[in-house]
Amino acid sequence: MKKTILLTAALLASTALSASAETLRWARAGDSLTLDPHAQNEGPTHTLAHQIYEPLIIRDMTGAFQAALATDWAPKEGDPNVWVFNLRQGVTYHDGADFTAEDVVFSINRAKTEDSDMKELLTSIVDVVAVDDYTVEIVTDGPNPILPSNLTNLFMMDKTWAEANNTVEVQDVEGGEMTFATTNTNGTGPYKLVSREPDVRTVLAANDAYWGVGEFPLEVSEIIYTPIQNAATRVAALLSGEVDFIQDVPVQDLGRVANTDGLVVKTAPQNRVIFFGLNMGSADIVNDDVEGANPLADVRVRQAMSMAINRDAIKQVVMRGQSQPAGMIAPPFVNGWTAEMDGSTQTDIDAAKALMADAGYADGFSIQLDCPNDRYINDEAICQATVGMLAQIGITVNLDAKPKAQHFPLITNDQTDFYMLGWGVPTYDSEYIFNFLVHTRGEERGSWNGTGYSNADVDAMIQSLASETDLDVRNATIQSIWDEVQAETMYIPIHHQVLNWGMTDAVGIDVSPEDDPKFKFFSMN
Amino acid sequence: MLAYMIRRVFQSVIVLLVVGLVAFSMFRFVGDPVDNMLGQERTQADIERLREQLGLDENFVVQYWRFLEQAVQGNFGLSYRQGRPVADILVERLPATLELALVSGLIALIGGIALGIFTAIRKRGIAANLIMTGSLIGVSLPTFLIGIVLIYVFSVELGWLPSFGRGEVTDLGWWTTGFLTVSGLKALILPAITLGLYQMTLIMRLVRTEMLEVLRMDYIRFARARGIRQRSIHFRHALKNTLVPVITITGLQLGSIIAFAIITETVFQWPGVGLLFINAVQFVDIPVMAAYLMMISVMFVGINLIVDMLYFAIDPRLRVDRKGGH
Repeated sequence: MKKTILLTAALLASTALSASAETLRWARAGDSLTLDPHAQNEGPTHTLAHQIYEPLIIRDMTGAFQAALATDWAPKEGDPNVWVFNLRQGVTYHDGADFTAEDVVFSINRAKTEDSDMKELLTSIVDVVAVDDYTVEIVTDGPNPILPSNLTNLFMMDKTWAEANNTVEVQDVEGGEMTFATTNTNGTGPYKLVSREPDVRTVLAANDAYWGVGEFPLEVSEIIYTPIQNAATRVAALLSGEVDFIQDVPVQDLGRVANTDGLVVKTAPQNRVIFFGLNMGSADIVNDDVEGANPLADVRVRQAMSMAINRDAIKQVVMRGQSQPAGMIAPPFVNGWTAEMDGSTQTDIDAAKALMADAGYADGFSIQLDCPNDRYINDEAICQATVGMLAQIGITVNLDAKPKAQHFPLITNDQTDFYMLGWGVPTYDSEYIFNFLVHTRGEERGSWNGTGYSNADVDAMIQSLASETDLDVRNATIQSIWDEVQAETMYIPIHHQVLNWGMTDAVGIDVSPEDDPKFKFFSMN
Repeated sequence: MLAYMIRRVFQSVIVLLVVGLVAFSMFRFVGDPVDNMLGQERTQADIERLREQLGLDENFVVQYWRFLEQAVQGNFGLSYRQGRPVADILVERLPATLELALVSGLIALIGGIALGIFTAIRKRGIAANLIMTGSLIGVSLPTFLIGIVLIYVFSVELGWLPSFGRGEVTDLGWWTTGFLTVSGLKALILPAITLGLYQMTLIMRLVRTEMLEVLRMDYIRFARARGIRQRSIHFRHALKNTLVPVITITGLQLGSIIAFAIITETVFQWPGVGLLFINAVQFVDIPVMAAYLMMISVMFVGINLIVDMLYFAIDPRLRVDRKGGH
């Protein structure tokens, strides 16, 4: 009780101090799953964590690197296996403790433990050394030129706080015990947690001791975050003025929101590309009507299928203009993306039919398409449109749309021959795509490659990317891998998703490609 | 009497166990929780390790047995989705659903009886016919559509009532209530109407039919002949005899109001157990799904058990029969 009174008093004092107390009421479809910053590697969870905790480096609202708890970073001179990070001085946690190098060592090691969901991004790290209070060296198992991009969602926790509250370990769901960090926070971030009821309401208040005061707008002094799952209700809440800012505006309501006085919709391409995967590796496939052969193993069939899909029609009809037709499975901000490859797809039914005939499938065949129905924007509708388009070249598609919890295991367990998948690239580098989607499926890499594609030369090139320090050589390798992927038509790209945020015209912010608003950048009129 | 009760309780426990078994056999068709619990960067080794830890590699009978073992000790496990104890989450969410169910139950009962009497007495009036036609809409429109229409009219266009959430709630320590604040009460109106509308039309039609039936009875005719006032005939003689089946139905419907709150709660982002369940299904949060389904089946079985006992207490014929040993 005493604590609440103190907290309330502190809150009152803080709102009295700031000249313009602006509350921002924010809604999106999902809630953060946990407050433990290393337990889940998932969008809404990271978005909330970014207000409270901070990593060494963040991406700003355009997706570019920006110094956060590290002021600068560079590979160590004379040792390409080591990255040196100089830390920001004078940073304090919400409980007043100082942020130092030992917290970085602690946090990275914590995120590398078995129960952490962040560990796969840190596999190259061998050791983390605190050289002095404000210098940290990260040792990798070989040169790792893109290490900084793996650290942009890696939040720093206070070692002393974690030890005092017995929350050194990341929560293990089956362990049975709930850990302190699941429901409590102590970060260095611009906002402090005031109260939280999971799935109902989370309240954050500005941290007046934040190191970035004066550097960032920080005009939002209080954030009230309410997840609203139902899209129509979410839009209604914005229209009726009950919330100020929503993510995930359904495409059919964009016009309605934009035409309402006092509301605006802002749009930007998202870091996510939607495509179809094809099982080209098996000798025969189960979900088709061709006996003893796999039509998808023939590159001409794959090319014909890609040509038969009219991406502009999908954009106009299914997505109501809210998509950007794609020719490769990398979003435009990713290193390795080229306008030429991305514009390479065109619809040509006659050429597609000719290719089918060449491949010996002039009469077509029938196949099952597996599609999620609650994961991507209008995912099932895109698949339905595809069914009609492929029918034009004689391919009869049986659509099987399921919730994501049933769809994704099909891909990871090799139970689908033709499937929809979307992919975002948090590291902004093609290596991430190759590791998961192109490399032969194995223990370390290729976990999302459901195509059965396996090419030892390509695998070797992919593995070389991890330690190639000469950027020109590295980029040339990336280009050769893409050439191979494009020539094989391993995947059929559909489009890049477009993000829409709806807000009152008082809110000043542009859409970030990661769909993660960081409220310290927001201005309020 | 005792033997009868013991037999009924025993039957109820069997029903509960079977419901649980069926539920557990269904869970693997909902999807794979491991996929949601690990990020897209997970390796095959992670998947197998977690699956083994959670016991998902076991067959469902073993999983069910483990659940029961823990459940009888009052431990429902941790939610896969929130990482918090399931029992805590249910206790936290239950007040919202119960308050909503109570208010919509009352709306349905009071509105249903009043409109039922009215349409029975004025069965040829224009108003009564309008109400009867309107009630068809109530029965046939899906709940989510009614909810969306109400939100559109009263929140977006008129701006009178909130479109989502529970408003401000007062925490009594063991219960959170929205009854004590203005915003809490305002937030209740739309979801309660949405949830209660179907039950209300059901009760209204039932009351009307029963009432029309009773009004044709001889004793009503004789009461009229004796010159008793219409008002007295309708409300004292006819209504009383109408209410017996209505109360039985209402009792049974209370269970379904709680169970069917799922859709209303999703439309209005009402933080109750229904919304919790939907989230659990989407995430394949097995501990939450299992606990919720067990809770709902305990409730239904419990209500039926009580109803059975009441019949036994009320209806003397049942007792005579048993004693006679026929």
